[in-house]
Amino acid sequence: MATTSVMGGAVRRREDPALIQGRGKYTDDFAPPATLRVAFLRSPVARAKITRLDTSRARAMPGVVAVYTHDDVAHLGPLVAQVPLGKLRPLLAEGEVNHVGEAIAMVIAEDRYLAQDAVEAIEVDFDVLPAVIDLKKAASDEIVIHDELGTNRLHTWTYHGYWDVLGLEDQTPLVDEAMQREDAVVVSIEMVNQRLIPVAIEPRSVLAEFEAGYGRLTVHSSTQVPHALSGAIATQLGMQARDVRVIAPEVGGGFGCKLNVYNDEILVSWAARELGRPVKWTETRREAAGATIHGRGWIGTATLVGTKDGQFLGYKLDAIADMGAYTQNFTVAIPLLGLWIASGQYKMPVGWKVDCVYTNTMTTDAYRGAGRPEAIYYLERVIDAYAREIGMDPMEVREKNFWQPDEFPATMGCGFSLDSGDYASATRKLREIADYEGMKRRRDEAREEGRLVGIGVGSYVEVCGFGPAILAEIGFSWTNYGLPSSFNGSGLVRVNPDGTASVMIGTGPTGQGHQTTWGQIVSENLGIPLEDVRVYHGDTLTSPMGVGTFGSRSIAVDGPATLEATRLVRDKAAKIAAHLLEAAPEDIVFADGGAHVAGSPDKGVDWKAIATAAYQAHKLPEGVDSGLEATITWTPGNATWPFGTHLAMVEVDPDTGNVDLLEYYAVDDCGNQINPMIVNGQIHGGIAQGVGQAMFEDAIYDDDGNMLTGSLLDYPLPTAADLPSFKLAHTVTPSPINPLGVKGIGEAGTIGSAHTVVNAVVDALAPLGVKHVDMPLRPRKVWTAIQEARA
Amino acid sequence: MTVNGQPVTADVEPRTLLVHFLREDLRLTGTHVGCETGYCGACTVHIDGEPVKSCTMFAVQADGASITTIEGLASNGQLHPVQEGFWERHGLQCGYCTPGMIMSSVALLQNNDRPSEEEIRHGIEGNLCRCTGYHNIVRAVEYAAARMRGEEPPTPEWEGGE
Repeated sequence: MATTSVMGGAVRRREDPALIQGRGKYTDDFAPPATLRVAFLRSPVARAKITRLDTSRARAMPGVVAVYTHDDVAHLGPLVAQVPLGKLRPLLAEGEVNHVGEAIAMVIAEDRYLAQDAVEAIEVDFDVLPAVIDLKKAASDEIVIHDELGTNRLHTWTYHGYWDVLGLEDQTPLVDEAMQREDAVVVSIEMVNQRLIPVAIEPRSVLAEFEAGYGRLTVHSSTQVPHALSGAIATQLGMQARDVRVIAPEVGGGFGCKLNVYNDEILVSWAARELGRPVKWTETRREAAGATIHGRGWIGTATLVGTKDGQFLGYKLDAIADMGAYTQNFTVAIPLLGLWIASGQYKMPVGWKVDCVYTNTMTTDAYRGAGRPEAIYYLERVIDAYAREIGMDPMEVREKNFWQPDEFPATMGCGFSLDSGDYASATRKLREIADYEGMKRRRDEAREEGRLVGIGVGSYVEVCGFGPAILAEIGFSWTNYGLPSSFNGSGLVRVNPDGTASVMIGTGPTGQGHQTTWGQIVSENLGIPLEDVRVYHGDTLTSPMGVGTFGSRSIAVDGPATLEATRLVRDKAAKIAAHLLEAAPEDIVFADGGAHVAGSPDKGVDWKAIATAAYQAHKLPEGVDSGLEATITWTPGNATWPFGTHLAMVEVDPDTGNVDLLEYYAVDDCGNQINPMIVNGQIHGGIAQGVGQAMFEDAIYDDDGNMLTGSLLDYPLPTAADLPSFKLAHTVTPSPINPLGVKGIGEAGTIGSAHTVVNAVVDALAPLGVKHVDMPLRPRKVWTAIQEARA
Repeated sequence: MTVNGQPVTADVEPRTLLVHFLREDLRLTGTHVGCETGYCGACTVHIDGEPVKSCTMFAVQADGASITTIEGLASNGQLHPVQEGFWERHGLQCGYCTPGMIMSSVALLQNNDRPSEEEIRHGIEGNLCRCTGYHNIVRAVEYAAARMRGEEPPTPEWEGGE
């Protein structure tokens, strides 16, 4: 293993020593003296008027400090941290509830057990109304959930019309025209991309402390977006963001569900200020299933038009996306992320329409991939069906339609340009590492023995690196909750007087290893050993204003910011070193923990000497200020567009319908890699989540809106025994968008995998005539498909 | 009871869960709570040498028991080989499931010093990880098993190992 701190090395993580010894500190681990605990009364019904709410018995219980309902917090207004469209979520239910799990009352007590006891003592009566759960029913407006809106339809996204300013051409007529061609093959499938529960293993938690003497709040929260949370709390509570210090300590997984600012975070902060004592709430797993955002939740029909010899002529999607009962952070914008990659790796006209509708369920928002797994799933499933229809190899049909390397930057019909790519290089490599032809032979041999073995291919392109200024123009800016920002990246690099470096970044990890990766960037460029570089994040008091870790954006947006700050520090250090060595700054080279004159490695100074001089004005050359640090806020010119192709082999048990995932291969291209060990770790986890959607996970509400999958017993995640080891390889097509040449890798595994597994299972069942089975491919569903095909 | 070798005496409410007692009374916050239903395994500790999900029992049920938590696994500043394996083979990302996963892996290796990949996967299937896809956790346990047998661990994948 590389022990030196170089970019591109599989350096062991700086984060790990604390975590493997149980010494990492997550939000719930903090317990200041006299901390009060919170429990919420949550709605047991999906849609109702609240006819009576009596908290008097709860208030009178020993150990109960306060019980709050909507009347107590009405003056704060609805949750500010949401898309300001349609029906806004109140902090606590305002005379009505719209989904199971909606917060009605907040109990604050001396300990968590007493708080829960008091919740049980609150009396509430409901006038229950019919719930709307089914997406087609919701779209029909047969029952309108929010009377004042007159419709359940919040918004409709179209491929050409999502942003009028772009003046895009509607390509739907081109696709329709292609369908009329004599040689056209048209394949159409209706598919469900089911609702999922993110399930970070660390439940969300928030702890707020108010210092009355100084008017300051300190909030620990298990969040992906500390600065946004600070802004939102300040906006909602009428404070200045500088007085709301948010700290995201260790965060035990996020996957998007901690990218929202939640009403509980606002309420806990407000209560701490009201009561003058620390207040903490940690969600239960049941709350995580019903009151933390969900992901996906689409139904739609995908149509591909092509020639008989495999040339794509056009693609259409007509879908409905589930918003839940209210929108939150992005919600309505999630399909837009899918829209930008609707055409995948292929050059063809697209007609794409997604209706966003309310239902009486928990809000949907960003879950690993966010809109992109949905978009790619529809496209790649229908491509597979088309390949089967024309009798062409599914890998070959994809390769035939890829954008070619000399066509980049490739402008798509949605107006955005793919930054760089060599899509066929990934499939070439995949064919090689998996021995694709050999796999097909093995499958065919198994088939001859009567076994149901299948191979699935799935490609993807994703859009990452959210930060281009144009996104803020479209509305991707949290101005309404105190964080006006173009989703820029930020980094502060400081060489301390002792020659060590401190790096503060605007984005914090939920397991992605930022301390290591950012340490490598700074260490590499300054020549300071990695162990002397410490990376800080997730504290709004010390970190430069940042946006957060989501959308595979950190390395592509905050990485370059840190690199640029490092370069400024290096340039200044070169002047100081040159002065100390009586040389010219342009002759200074940094290496091995210090600087020397090019060509004279023995004529050098170490970082301690440079830093010592840097903080003493009398030791500096003329025109150089003292201090040795720089802060950069960085905005990219485009998003980044990672890509790859995955391959799976499965066997289906015809008697039980059980799917066994036998082999899994992936070739991903995320541009340059700073730590390939971490990159592969991201892909492993991403694949497991995509496989989870394909085979196991399903957030189910019954027709009355009862949450049927509120525990991990009812919502099965993949276990170690369900998965094989993964075989990964990479191609490297650097992004021209940023000086690191990086693209982002957090979501690729998930975006590439669900359809790959489903394609494999459908391939296994194809000899029986099965053309599609909706996810999750649990035994009963697969068994039923087999029975129906045989009938 | 004894916790990490230290005698502990306390009065607790009968309904106090063992995991809450460890975390909140003893401030041993390395043991985590992930689901309260005994399914995720983040709360796994050793009770009298056996792995137990500490959210599934009351503190009073552990009266007189000898408990080891993640904080008690390293000895004299020396990491346990399983801890070392998780670090060396990138067996963790967010680290939240890690203490429970390590405690289960230690128990697995106590009973089987040469587990196959399949045995490792079944041995830890009571512990859920959402970050790693288990791939590198399996490598970490393989590393630890080799170390505990006094052998050289397999070459990591990023150096060309299988």
